[in-house]
Amino acid sequence: MDEIDRLIINTLQSDFPVSSHPYADAAKKLNISESELIKKIQTLLENKTLTRFGPLYRADRLGGDFSLVAMQVPEERFKEVTDIVNAYSEVAHNYQRDNAFNMWFVLATEIPERIGEVCDEIAQQTGLKVYNMPKLEEYFIELKLTV
Amino acid sequence: MPIDAIDRQIIEATQSGLPLVEQPYVEVAQQIGISEAEVMQRICAMQEKDIIRRIGVVPNHYALGYKANGMTVWDVPDEHIAELGKKIGTLEFVSHCYQRPRFLPEWPYNLFAMVHAGTKEEAMQQVDVIAELLGDMNRQHDVLFSTKILKKTGLRLKSK
Repeated sequence: MDEIDRLIINTLQSDFPVSSHPYADAAKKLNISESELIKKIQTLLENKTLTRFGPLYRADRLGGDFSLVAMQVPEERFKEVTDIVNAYSEVAHNYQRDNAFNMWFVLATEIPERIGEVCDEIAQQTGLKVYNMPKLEEYFIELKLTV
Repeated sequence: MPIDAIDRQIIEATQSGLPLVEQPYVEVAQQIGISEAEVMQRICAMQEKDIIRRIGVVPNHYALGYKANGMTVWDVPDEHIAELGKKIGTLEFVSHCYQRPRFLPEWPYNLFAMVHAGTKEEAMQQVDVIAELLGDMNRQHDVLFSTKILKKTGLRLKSK
C-alpha cells in the first residue's frame, strides 16, 4: 500500500460525489488523475484491501430488518449446524467466536416478520435455542478506520 | 415501502458496487433505462432518507492490519445505558455500539461495543479503557473474538 492508497482509504469512506464525473471530482481533491483513482480503487478491490466500493444500503430502512442472532452449538455439531444456518439466504454474516455462545450471525430480511420465522425454523431444524438479539438502541456507528 | 420499483432497480444495480468507469451513474441509468439525472436525484434522496448510509470505499479490517476484532459485551443498569452507550460510542477504537436484549440467566449483557486492534493484547487494553470509563456501572463483562468467518455476503435484495 502506498501513500495514495492510504489517502483513498482515509478520505473516501464516505462522501463520494454524486455528480456526472464523480471520479474526476474526487481525484481533484486527492491531487491525482481520474484514471489513476479508478485504477487504484480497482486494484484495492482486487487485492481485497477493500471489501467493496459504492453506496452502502441499510436493509432496516428499506422496509426490511436486521438482527444479530447467537447460538450455543456443541463442538461436535458445529459443522452440521453451520451448514443449516448458512443455507438461509437471509444470513448475511456468520462468525465463530471463542465463547459458549460460539455462533453469531446477522440476519437481513426484506420483510421484518421473516427475522422471527428464520429463528424459529433454525431452532426447529437444529433442536438448539436461538437467541435473537436485535438492536434496541444504536449509540454510535461510524467507520473510523485509519491506515 | 419507502422505496419504489425504480429505487429498487438502482439498489440492485449498485449493491455489489458502483461501476468503475468515468461516468458510473450513466452506466447505471442505461442499465435501467432512465436518465443519469434521475439516477443521481434518486441516490441523493436515498442518502437524505438514510437508506444509503454512505457512498465510498469499504475497507477490509483484516487487510488493514486490524486482526483483533473483539465484540465486547457489558452488563450495565438499563436506566443508565443511554448515557453510557454514548460515552463508549465516542471512543475512537469503537466502531459500533448497541443496546441489545438480555437472556437471563445465560446471557446477562445488554451493551455491545465492537473494538478493533492490531493484536489481542491491544484489544484487551481497549477493553480496560471501557471498563474504567464504566466504573461501578459495569456489573460484569466479556470479550468475544471471532475465530472464523463462516459466511460473509453483503446485502442481497432478491430479484422480484
